[in-house]
Amino acid sequence: MTLTDKLRTAGQKIRTADEKRASFIQGARGRWHDLPKAWRIAAALAGVVVLFALPNLYIPGIPFRTDEVDGGNSFGFVLSTIAIYVLVAIGLNVVIGMAGLLDLGYIGFYAVGAYSVALFGSPQSIVATKFPWLICVPIAIALAMVSGVILGTPTLRLRGDYLAIVTLGFGEIVRLIAVNAEFTNGTSGLGGMPTPPGTWPAGTELEGTKLFSVNDSRPFYWLTLVLIFAVIFGVKQLERSRVGRSWLALREDEDAASLMGVATFQFKLWAFAIGAGIGGLSGAMFASRNGHFGSNSITLLLSIMFVAAVVLGGQGNILGVTVGTVLAFYLPERFRSFADKRDLIFGLALILIMVLRPQGLLPSRRRARELADRRQEAKEATIVG
Amino acid sequence: MDFFQGMADNFSNLWTIIGDLTVTGLTQGAIYALIALGYTLVYGVLQLINFAHSEVFLVGAFGSVMVWGWLGYSSGAAAVPPLLVVIGMLLLGAVTASIFSGGTALIIERVAYRPLRRKNAPRLIFLITAIGASVAISEIVGLLVDRKVVSTPALVHQKFQVWFDPSDIGLNINSFGITNLQIGIVLCAIGMWLALDLFLNRTKFGLGIRSVAQDEDTAALMGVNKDRVIMLTFLLGGLAAGVAAVLYNLKFPQITFDMGFLLGIKAFTAAVLGGIGNLRGALVGGLVLGLVENWGAGFFGNDWMNVTAFVVLVVVLMFRPTGILGDSLGKARA
Repeated sequence: MTLTDKLRTAGQKIRTADEKRASFIQGARGRWHDLPKAWRIAAALAGVVVLFALPNLYIPGIPFRTDEVDGGNSFGFVLSTIAIYVLVAIGLNVVIGMAGLLDLGYIGFYAVGAYSVALFGSPQSIVATKFPWLICVPIAIALAMVSGVILGTPTLRLRGDYLAIVTLGFGEIVRLIAVNAEFTNGTSGLGGMPTPPGTWPAGTELEGTKLFSVNDSRPFYWLTLVLIFAVIFGVKQLERSRVGRSWLALREDEDAASLMGVATFQFKLWAFAIGAGIGGLSGAMFASRNGHFGSNSITLLLSIMFVAAVVLGGQGNILGVTVGTVLAFYLPERFRSFADKRDLIFGLALILIMVLRPQGLLPSRRRARELADRRQEAKEATIVG
Repeated sequence: MDFFQGMADNFSNLWTIIGDLTVTGLTQGAIYALIALGYTLVYGVLQLINFAHSEVFLVGAFGSVMVWGWLGYSSGAAAVPPLLVVIGMLLLGAVTASIFSGGTALIIERVAYRPLRRKNAPRLIFLITAIGASVAISEIVGLLVDRKVVSTPALVHQKFQVWFDPSDIGLNINSFGITNLQIGIVLCAIGMWLALDLFLNRTKFGLGIRSVAQDEDTAALMGVNKDRVIMLTFLLGGLAAGVAAVLYNLKFPQITFDMGFLLGIKAFTAAVLGGIGNLRGALVGGLVLGLVENWGAGFFGNDWMNVTAFVVLVVVLMFRPTGILGDSLGKARA
């Protein structure tokens, strides 16, 4: 048996395993929809309760907590980071998965959100008035949306991959400004971020002390979870509305959509602005969770990781992008012994999964059908050619 | 008024050192141009941004330093070797780097792109596998060198060949010179471009590449083997990147495993600036980008050098997405 034969059989094995997994998911989906509605609601509620209880959960025998490994970070910290990144993924999913616009510089909006909180709330910033957290966050969202519109207006007329590179350039410009400008204070950054109001309720261990502080990340995790559910609700509503249908149309065939009277540019700009707003919100959460934000937190690799996580999980499907993000950011924290090789493994996994399953691990059904369609077209083209 | 006064000061400051900036800019631009050739070739044929091309360059740079090291020419060597040895080493380095780079380009095409081409996957997916390949390759190099900075040997004794003093003719510009290495780098880039241009326009292989770039289905009907043409395209891009890698090693004292990313983006900017899919465009775009970013650095300060490059990219794409020269490989001389 030659090496190529071995490789081929190995590839075949991986492919059949993957097909089994896919059909299992398909079956699970069907069974889930067959359940009575009351059961489904009960199961979803139980799931939400588990999510909220997660930072305090210990299961003997299953070491899933990151603080159970050598040198691991506090589980609450890791969970809140992942939750913030899931929020990023949901925002990015609006841009990539729903409207089909490839944005590689999404971290730029995240940074705008984070620096807005820093500028308007931190005592170290050059802005004289210090605003409380509840005012800083809307400012962060608004500024991020404005920057989305400013970037989108000239660039959204460009074709797909040009847009990708321009957004990448935008992300890098934001990062370089953060490094070099005076108001961002470069790598040392700005500290003393405002935190959400609230104290620990009576009956808890820390009764009376501030609920949100840098010492305990769990409240930030809970708050981010609430925000995630709210944002998912909003995005779902949008998806089902005229806006969502327009996004779908321009994603599948921009020319056809435009001929049918869809104002493509306007809806693209909406997608960009909404995505940017969600990105700004997650950046604001990140900055207030850390209590500090400097230019080191912005890397283009992280921006690309976000995109990769979204595509890996299955663009267009909110559950899919969530799973992709959790995998991409949880596994490296849990298996720290591989920390040295984690980017390598991530890169290789990205190639393997995309080659086998371009629609992602948990694809949106509509996206999967679009891809199957293209594959069929390719097959027909080769028969003719 | 302080602002305008500051701008005027910056400008006069830029003007006095413009000679040096121009020479440095052209040299760096030549290296960008060589890398940009790879982006432009692949884009011309497949309409695909080969995001992993920066790693093709990276592997070539490390490959040539490794082979020089085996032969005893590492960064520690005090004296510059005799001329014949230098020429031999340069040729050897160029051959090694080209083999490493070309091989990497072929592997990327085979592993990350070909399976997707069969499936007619959307472009976004190509970009994601390319990102995967890029991360994986730079991490492999990083693990091999323990993520350390690697110093390059000083093979060429740099000395000034020409010396200009513009104050002789009444201009308020500092005197500046051009070194042998700088002349060599620019000549190499022009030579490589000429060779590629001749190859594309005068040989049967070149005809194949141009035909696939124009219309792949018709080319297939005329008996052109598409897969082989695409492999050849990647290989040519790899060769140019290999030459760029050797020149980079000569010019810069250190290389790192993560240097590919920024260089790749700059080279891509150069390709877009000149008109992607167009070989002449890559050369012109590279040189222009090198000049603009060095002048920008002189005007705004060194910290803002990369910002200038990216702003140029965004502005060019906004106002002239087809670049300075504008036509693509397929349409050119159709």
